Amino acid sequence: MKSVCFYFQVHQPFRLRRYRFFDIGSDHYYYDDYNNEEIIRRVAEHCYLPANRLILQMIKDTNGAFKVAYSISGVALEQLELYVPEVVDSFRELAKTGCVEFLAETYAHSLASLWEGDEFELQVKEHSKKIQSLFGVKPTVFRNTELIYSDEIGERVVNMGFKGMLSEGAKHVLGWKSPNYVYCCANNPRLKLLLKNFKLSDDITFRFSDWGWDQFPLTADKYMDWVAATPKEENVVNLFMNYETFGEMQGANTGIFDFLKALPSFAAQRNITFATPSEIFDRQKPIDSINVPYPISWADEERDLSAWLGNELQKETFNKLNGIGERVRMSKDRRLMQDWYYLQTSDHLYYMSTKHFSDGAVHSHYSPYDSPYEAFMNYMNILSDFIDRVNSKFPENVDNEELNSLTLTINAQEELINKLTKENQKLMKELKSSVAAAPVKTGKKRKEMV
Amino acid sequence: MKALMFGWEFPPHILGGLGTASYGLTKGMSLQNDMDITFMLPKPWGDEDQSFLKIVSANKVPIVWKDPEWNYLNSELNGRLSTDEYYHYRDCIREDNSKIGTNGIGSVEFSGRYPNNLFEEIHNYDAVAGVVCRALDFDIIHSHDWLTYPAGIHAKHVTGKPLVIHVHATDFDRSRGNVNPAVYEIEKRGMDEADHIITVSNLTRDTVIYRYNIDPAKVTTVHNAVEPISKEIEAIQPKRGTKDKVVTFLGRITMQKGPEYFVEAAYRVLQRTNNVRFVMAGSGDMMDKMIRHAAYRNISDKFHFTGFLKGKEVYEMLKSSDVYIMPSVSEPFGISPLEAMQVGVPTIISKQSGCAEILNNAIKVDYWDIDAMADAIYSIITYPAMSDFLKTEGKDEVDEIKWEYAALKVRKVYDMVLHR
Repeated sequence: MKSVCFYFQVHQPFRLRRYRFFDIGSDHYYYDDYNNEEIIRRVAEHCYLPANRLILQMIKDTNGAFKVAYSISGVALEQLELYVPEVVDSFRELAKTGCVEFLAETYAHSLASLWEGDEFELQVKEHSKKIQSLFGVKPTVFRNTELIYSDEIGERVVNMGFKGMLSEGAKHVLGWKSPNYVYCCANNPRLKLLLKNFKLSDDITFRFSDWGWDQFPLTADKYMDWVAATPKEENVVNLFMNYETFGEMQGANTGIFDFLKALPSFAAQRNITFATPSEIFDRQKPIDSINVPYPISWADEERDLSAWLGNELQKETFNKLNGIGERVRMSKDRRLMQDWYYLQTSDHLYYMSTKHFSDGAVHSHYSPYDSPYEAFMNYMNILSDFIDRVNSKFPENVDNEELNSLTLTINAQEELINKLTKENQKLMKELKSSVAAAPVKTGKKRKEMV
Repeated sequence: MKALMFGWEFPPHILGGLGTASYGLTKGMSLQNDMDITFMLPKPWGDEDQSFLKIVSANKVPIVWKDPEWNYLNSELNGRLSTDEYYHYRDCIREDNSKIGTNGIGSVEFSGRYPNNLFEEIHNYDAVAGVVCRALDFDIIHSHDWLTYPAGIHAKHVTGKPLVIHVHATDFDRSRGNVNPAVYEIEKRGMDEADHIITVSNLTRDTVIYRYNIDPAKVTTVHNAVEPISKEIEAIQPKRGTKDKVVTFLGRITMQKGPEYFVEAAYRVLQRTNNVRFVMAGSGDMMDKMIRHAAYRNISDKFHFTGFLKGKEVYEMLKSSDVYIMPSVSEPFGISPLEAMQVGVPTIISKQSGCAEILNNAIKVDYWDIDAMADAIYSIITYPAMSDFLKTEGKDEVDEIKWEYAALKVRKVYDMVLHR
């Protein structure tokens, strides 16, 4: 029996406003509210709401046979709560059906998994907390930003207690192997892996409405034939895509929603079921381990990190960002932490990619900037301001370790003070009540006691 | 294929970008084996590189029949023309040019510059073209810039050969919209008569289509390119007397080049940082105004004027710069940013420049957006990753912009016009 595993990525960055260098030090607000609201409302209207409605309907119609998984980044959730809370409600409704799984990821949709230190773990925890508070479920499967994966990352993920993880079925990693099996991490076989079937996924995401494609038009019937035509032993087909595929990248007028709607019945005819990642992980044993010494992702033809860290501009930004991380975490300042998350979002680095000069226009299509240089200039101005703010919290000449021990001492002393004050108050109260209980002789005496 | 080209400037004696472009293009075309170019100039100096084309000196070609004495003729021709050629040309005089003032050998004097009696020179050049086109054998006529359009039209009418005109600039670029009607008339007539028009950018192409009402099918863009830098230029050592970063504007200080936006951007950058100096290199009718403007903004101590720079000095200046900026209000193409990128200087150009259409690794801003301009300058001098990246990527990019490729496109136009 074959299972189709649908997983959708829901993510929107907080886009940055035009931040000139004269704003450095004088204006600490970095976000393009107008643009953010406009985009998230548009996407919600074209994609999130109708798609959620449809999927809910499909789950009901099939009595729970249709299943999907979502990974919604923390920054996207925040924007949804802020601008279109009805989307959060509709996700909640989906969660109630039990046929929908929410995956864990980094809160900011960041590249923190490439850094040493505990930023990655902290962010994942933060995200799981957010998912649990909104949807009442604790994620057990992990999906890293843009399906970035390497053996090392896998090891960190399993140490956080996740049973499985999703990644890309990159050709240079799989070679002759098929992505349609459960694999496991080479460094720690306890972590199971699902790999994206990029051919079948991209047929929907990129080629669905491409009339130059020899398979156009794509029907649910034909598509399920393709799934059924995979060798009998291959029993999971992983279709991972951006949620915006439905209604935004492929507009409603292309018939993408009807296509989706028709899938379950044609799947049933061919004895194909739907499953969430955690169901598959519970049910199946890994067939083999895969070796991924260098990180892979689902972006571009290279399926590596070059979309975010391909040129010097991106590397410089990434390292500057990393350099300030420890101090931000130490500051425990809420506003700083918030900006820190928003600035880490990988999209900002993606906008600086110079790859599109040579290949395709996918990068420039999503970028709010005219050129990667503009993206870099704007981001660096903001980052400079941010770094100044962080540094103003602590003297710059004290190094991190010393600072850490000092803050620890301060915190410990504060705790002690708190504890003593509490004790003091408690004693006071006791004293008061004992005084009150005792027969009062003179007011004067009582005052003295207090 | 044989082409007769009409031009006005040719290196090493150049006054603007036209000469550089003429040289690069013809050199690029000469790489095509069957290409044979004859290039007419009003006043060649004799030290032009003639290894890949033949230059005709308009000021030696007779337009009125005279029979000068042999020795006198030889001394007058001064080697620019052989006596045989002279007699051949003289045999081809068919028109009455006696109203034009000629010298002892029956030819006209040209200044070869842009003098006050420019229209007279254009007219005389036209008359010479009438003789030359009868004397030579060619397949196609190619006129460079408006000064030579009348000559091209004349040659076309005489021989019936197709005319291609090359628009290096229009009067709309030079005058910020206040065109000179006489110039416009010449330009418009040239465009109407031409069998095909080549423009140096899509920006210019649009001007030709919308301002001169030309059928778009008749207009093709062939972007300019840049000559690889020579060893001598490569060997030039930058002179730096200051630790401050240097931001350079290089070009004529005229309305077209937007110098005032540069001063304003400098003022904004200097409000924030102090370790930067601005240089305005070149001369022009707005120079005094700019000096006053810098003083008015109180930045004269950081804002420097060099006056007109020649040859080697240009590259000395470029090589000691950290940023090159060209805020042109309207630039048909603009080869100089490409030259700056060749020596590895990060470059900022206005979106209203033709070269912005083909450059990826330069920062593009609107000429009026002084905030964006200031921001770009600040970023390059503050973030080393940015300037390093622009340096290397910019050089790599510009090294691939070759005249050879532009020449192939021109050749395609020829073939199309000739139905080959």
